[in-house]
Amino acid sequence: MLQRLRESKSAQGTLLALPTTVWLFVLLIIPLILTAVVSFGRRSPDGNVIYTFTFENYTRLFGYSTNCANGQPSCFDPLYVNILGRSLSLAFNTTVLVISLAYPLAYFIARAHPKQRNMYLFMVLIPLWTNFVIRVYAWMMLLRKEGAINIIIGWIAHFLHIPFTPFEMLYTPGAVLVGMVYEFLPFMILPIYTSLEKIDLSLYEAAADLGANAVKTFLRVTLPLSMPGVVAGTILVFIPVMGTFIVSDILGGRQVILVGNLIQRQFLDARDPTFGSAASLILMVLTLIVTYFYTRKFGFGEEIVVA
Amino acid sequence: MNPFRRSPFVLTAAVLVYIFLYAPIIGLVLYSFNASRANVTFEGFIPKYSDRIVMEGSLVKSSPCGPFHWYCELAKNNDVAEAAGNTLTIAFTATIISTIIGTMAALALQRYNFKIKPFSQLSLYIPIVIPEIVMGIGILTLFSQLFGWVNETFNLVGNARLSLGMATVTASHIAFMVPFVALVVQARLQGFDKSYEEAAMDLGANEWITFRRVTFPIILPGIMSGALLAFTLSLDDFVITFFTNGPGSTTLPIYVYGLLRRIITPQVNALSTVWILVVFTAVLLLQILQNRESKDHS
Repeated sequence: MLQRLRESKSAQGTLLALPTTVWLFVLLIIPLILTAVVSFGRRSPDGNVIYTFTFENYTRLFGYSTNCANGQPSCFDPLYVNILGRSLSLAFNTTVLVISLAYPLAYFIARAHPKQRNMYLFMVLIPLWTNFVIRVYAWMMLLRKEGAINIIIGWIAHFLHIPFTPFEMLYTPGAVLVGMVYEFLPFMILPIYTSLEKIDLSLYEAAADLGANAVKTFLRVTLPLSMPGVVAGTILVFIPVMGTFIVSDILGGRQVILVGNLIQRQFLDARDPTFGSAASLILMVLTLIVTYFYTRKFGFGEEIVVA
Repeated sequence: MNPFRRSPFVLTAAVLVYIFLYAPIIGLVLYSFNASRANVTFEGFIPKYSDRIVMEGSLVKSSPCGPFHWYCELAKNNDVAEAAGNTLTIAFTATIISTIIGTMAALALQRYNFKIKPFSQLSLYIPIVIPEIVMGIGILTLFSQLFGWVNETFNLVGNARLSLGMATVTASHIAFMVPFVALVVQARLQGFDKSYEEAAMDLGANEWITFRRVTFPIILPGIMSGALLAFTLSLDDFVITFFTNGPGSTTLPIYVYGLLRRIITPQVNALSTVWILVVFTAVLLLQILQNRESKDHS
């Protein structure tokens, strides 16, 4: 046995990879399969799972309802479809905003003097590694009616002699959007920086020699070559935004409900794991579809591992 | 054309984005010195040191720790101490295990050919492409169904009943940390000059000695930065912990989240500030390690 192990490269490799593979199989792949199985089940009165095969959870998710106002047996209830739509559009808006903020900063860092580059990068890493929950809390304090943003706008208004009354920014869709952008901005800066930094500077000389102006150089050289970074960043931002529930929970109050909140409540408050599993599976499929088409169009960024 | 030239537009945008990144953090730190217990508006610093805490309404007038009043309150808070202890225990255990098995997996994937290799490699990408909440509720379902079944089958009662706790959190953390360790070490192995190993073998070293004396020292910085990355991920995790923790395994992020839904005193800000300082030190360490690594490399 031991002799065979010493000779067989294949057996050695399997043995080395086994702990990780088993661990990931038990705690990532089996849970995914289990989620799928549970999503076709039914909730028992005490909140447990009855294993059957029914599409009820999915039809309910896509608007089929038997709880109708005017005595009809069934009708369309847009509640959950709206939640899915809201999550998708929020994830889209967040990603677009994050790209437009991250790109100039990544460009600035990549074109900074090599000696200062590390410091500028370090300044991006600090907010990135500051705990997610703490960062949401920071925005809670800023967005309040008595918070710093209202105070600063008040000062400016006072200076310009414009009347201004502080207003509540917390618990609005805008607050959730700002929170999401803040939370995920560093995840876009790093991959874009990585791909910008790789660009061979002689390409710029070539572009200049061929008579391209700054705008044309940017559009024809910099932008295409930095696309892998943008793609990787989009994956790192879009997927978590789709599933996050803390930001909408804390900054949106009970006003802004996303798929993440829906799933979390099914498992903790509503005690309907079957419906929660169905929602979670739909969330996974949605993100995989978007990621698939997006990466097929733009290619899969290898920068993803760097971040 | 000067490659380091900066347009004023890029410079302005960069400064604004840095302000956006840091304004909330600076606000957070400032409010940790707030004299107002209600913590809604900033009522100035706590002006005086005294033997005991003097309050006037919700304002702290003086305290044994002066402006650092809330930091002293934090130090006295047993819940925070317990949560910090749990967080570190989980992070250390999970880091050690995931670093060992992750490094082994990286070596296997980079150096060997075996039947389940494509499957092993693919499973490393799962945590990247699947929303964390999906993983979290999947693991929760697994544990609750499994534990429910075991408890019922073996008629376990009282303390013997299996339930969510430190063990489930640690095991789940390892699951999302291993891929990061393995991918970082794998990247290090890819940029590795194989001729060093060949030279050792030519000089008569067997495989084990070659690994211990040549391969391991060379990939050690990669393993270290993988481990540090995994450690920070564990300290920072909210979602997975949220779904897998039970009584007695509250971590700091879960504790803070609980506070945000109740009453918030500047103590939360003091806790956040201490935490940011710890993170600052950790990131600095990671940077130094990586710099040294890239210097070795070139």
